[in-house]
Amino acid sequence: MVVLAQTNNGNDQPVSRRNFLKNSGLVIGGLVVGGVAGSLIKKTPAPAPTQPGATPAPAADFNQALMYFTPEQFKVVDAACERIFPEDEIGPGAKALGAAYFIDHQLAGDWGFNSRDYMQGPFYPGEVTQGYQGRLKRREIFDIGIQEMNNYSTSTQKKRFYELPPEQQDAVLKAFESDEVKLTTISASAFFKMLRASTLEGVYSDPLYGGNKNMDGWKMRNYPGNQMAYTQVIEQDKFVKMAPLSLRDHQH
Amino acid sequence: MAKKLPKVDVVIVGVGWGGGVIASELTKQGLTVVGLERGKERKTEDYFMVHDELRYALRYEMMQDLSKETITFRSKNSVRALPMRSYGSFLLGTGLGGSGVHWNGQTFRFLPYDFEIRSKTIERYGEKKIPDGMTIQDWGITYDQLEPYFDKFERMAGISGEENPLGGKRSQPYPTPPMKMTPSMKMFQEASKKKNLHPYMMPSANLSEAYTNPDGVSRAACQYCGYCERFGCEYGAKADPVVTVIPVAKKTGKFEIRTHSQVRRVLHNGKKATGVMYTDITTGEEIEQPADIVVLTSYVFNNVRLLLMSKLGRPYDPTTGKGVIGKNYAYQVIRGGAVGFFDDKEFNLYAGAGSLAMCLDDYNGDNFDHKDLNFIHGANISLSQLGLRPIANNKVPEGTPSWGKDFKAASIKYANRFLSVGAQGASMPFKHHFLDLDPTYKDVYGDPLMRITYDFEEQDRQLAAYCADKCGEIVKEMGASSKIEINKKLGPYDITPYQSTHNTGGVIMGASPETSAVNNYLQMWDAENVFVVGASAFAHNSGYNPTGTMGALSYRAAEGILKYRKSGGGSLV
Repeated sequence: MVVLAQTNNGNDQPVSRRNFLKNSGLVIGGLVVGGVAGSLIKKTPAPAPTQPGATPAPAADFNQALMYFTPEQFKVVDAACERIFPEDEIGPGAKALGAAYFIDHQLAGDWGFNSRDYMQGPFYPGEVTQGYQGRLKRREIFDIGIQEMNNYSTSTQKKRFYELPPEQQDAVLKAFESDEVKLTTISASAFFKMLRASTLEGVYSDPLYGGNKNMDGWKMRNYPGNQMAYTQVIEQDKFVKMAPLSLRDHQH
Repeated sequence: MAKKLPKVDVVIVGVGWGGGVIASELTKQGLTVVGLERGKERKTEDYFMVHDELRYALRYEMMQDLSKETITFRSKNSVRALPMRSYGSFLLGTGLGGSGVHWNGQTFRFLPYDFEIRSKTIERYGEKKIPDGMTIQDWGITYDQLEPYFDKFERMAGISGEENPLGGKRSQPYPTPPMKMTPSMKMFQEASKKKNLHPYMMPSANLSEAYTNPDGVSRAACQYCGYCERFGCEYGAKADPVVTVIPVAKKTGKFEIRTHSQVRRVLHNGKKATGVMYTDITTGEEIEQPADIVVLTSYVFNNVRLLLMSKLGRPYDPTTGKGVIGKNYAYQVIRGGAVGFFDDKEFNLYAGAGSLAMCLDDYNGDNFDHKDLNFIHGANISLSQLGLRPIANNKVPEGTPSWGKDFKAASIKYANRFLSVGAQGASMPFKHHFLDLDPTYKDVYGDPLMRITYDFEEQDRQLAAYCADKCGEIVKEMGASSKIEINKKLGPYDITPYQSTHNTGGVIMGASPETSAVNNYLQMWDAENVFVVGASAFAHNSGYNPTGTMGALSYRAAEGILKYRKSGGGSLV
């Protein structure tokens, strides 16, 4: 019998992969074995998952260092993300969750370089329904967008974006979102959309990417993260809360 | 000068569902088969770390690398086609197993009506019912003729389901019982029964219980982990070619798979193929693989593209309507649905499976009277529970800002408190919807990209609005305590938001070489030893996921290839 961890009675253990496979009676046999079950059982046991919900002892977070942004760029993005997903009585905002670090790390890699997108010319402006047709990579769009946010803030408020009070930061973001700010190289609203989407990614992606710190993004909305199975949950009428697991619990 | 390899019986291009079925059926009968796959090898063990929404769902880990090859798109002839630079509307698979690895597993049979759509429409409503430019045609095969092949595919994959009360006749029940039912699915079932509709559990390739198929392949049951679509299955519970047909073919010792092999031309003498030319993408070397029979089993776009690049078959001309390669491209109408918000109830929406759903066909095909409606066909209407992942699912009631404090509060409040009922609408072919080679944009090998010319029509808008109302009525009956939103509006076709990876047509089947590219064994009319397998054979798209029908046609094609081999040549029909 598989028991899933539920926070409302704190003693249950989460399902480890190994116990799950042992207990759920997977049939292995026949001429060809589909599934990972066979190979898994031969493996040495994985280390036991950490206690669900336990906050790791505070230690230096070596992941929170800048791979792409300059410190100035980081401050702008960190402040903007927090306005998009602010801290409130429900729980932490984008800043505490590390969303700007997430974005920084993403821009340093494949995604920032559009390495899996078709970036060959010729480049022509297209119809909206044809999608992005620019030649700029995402990291270049961020460079320009961040610079323009500071330019706009400085010219209208005499302060850099991150020095503004929250309401004025919101006004700047709205000006970008509605294309009230006219930029020559990129569309202000498209940059805003990218910023908004990557903020949500930083809030809710697996913590392995540098955001969703301590899985607090998931905890706020009762998302259980990376569980092995919901066979015991799927038919239940009552909402089942459980402490989330990250991919770290799945390792090696 | 290309290196020339020894001749084999059969070469297949692309090793996904089509290629896997063909390979397993032919090798079991002793033929030697080489499978050329442009992507990498895949195993179930690759998915230990698969519960990663960012990597798989949003960064498209399993999809074709668009920097190497994409498609171009325009809404009509007068618009310049431009490349799909990043993913949106549909997702192209690659690698061993193809899209068959990252699918949801929703395995329908098309309706009897689908295969004879033109005859049946004329019979019931008269020829005037078919609008100008709509190029629907019968498929050259009936549902009854195809039924044994549907059954074969379902038994191989272990499809879990219950009989569709409004579907075609079945020779036997599904091999495994339906999936587990969630509370929201029960609500949909009760609501639709109250409205005298006919709900049933969606047929699923996510196994409801452990299963051993007729080939002796054993697989584990689904764990409802919520990571199906865009992900591989770590349990092998979801039927895919890598855990079903490919190992069967390999076990015969007659199937050789060459990964990292990009097929670029079908070689032929005008009447018959002599083999294929491919590039070993690890070395750049060009290699010729001669074969007695060539089977194209890649995704829709590459089946069409390869024929056009190889100058095999007659290219479709949208001005005259003549020619067949690239004809009748169709897609799907996914807009048209309803959402209910529940303030007083929380559902376990994080749990689910790719094909976990309750659905009905009362508004699909010609199951309802179209006399006073300005469209033909319809949609399968469903409530599914696929597992809501947190980045992509932040539904808020209309009028809520899209960011900031109010957005955060509403998106978190409703994270587990909304249910959607959706319609998967059929897409009918039109004379001016087609596929051809792009004159400007090229892939990394210098070959032209596939160009799509397509837009939604008035027919699609009417269909979406009609189905949205029907979905709304069901959601209302389900007792949404807060708001109900009905999404009726279908804008122009837009390549940017994800809609459906159900692209069909381009090498369509039919009864006559005048109007179709392949016969009902998927054998090319213009080259008897070339078979083109896939949803490229669909003469139109139905209100269903295509894999079940595509799988049935694959078994049909395999039988045809064996017949062709035995008879030593000629057209099979």
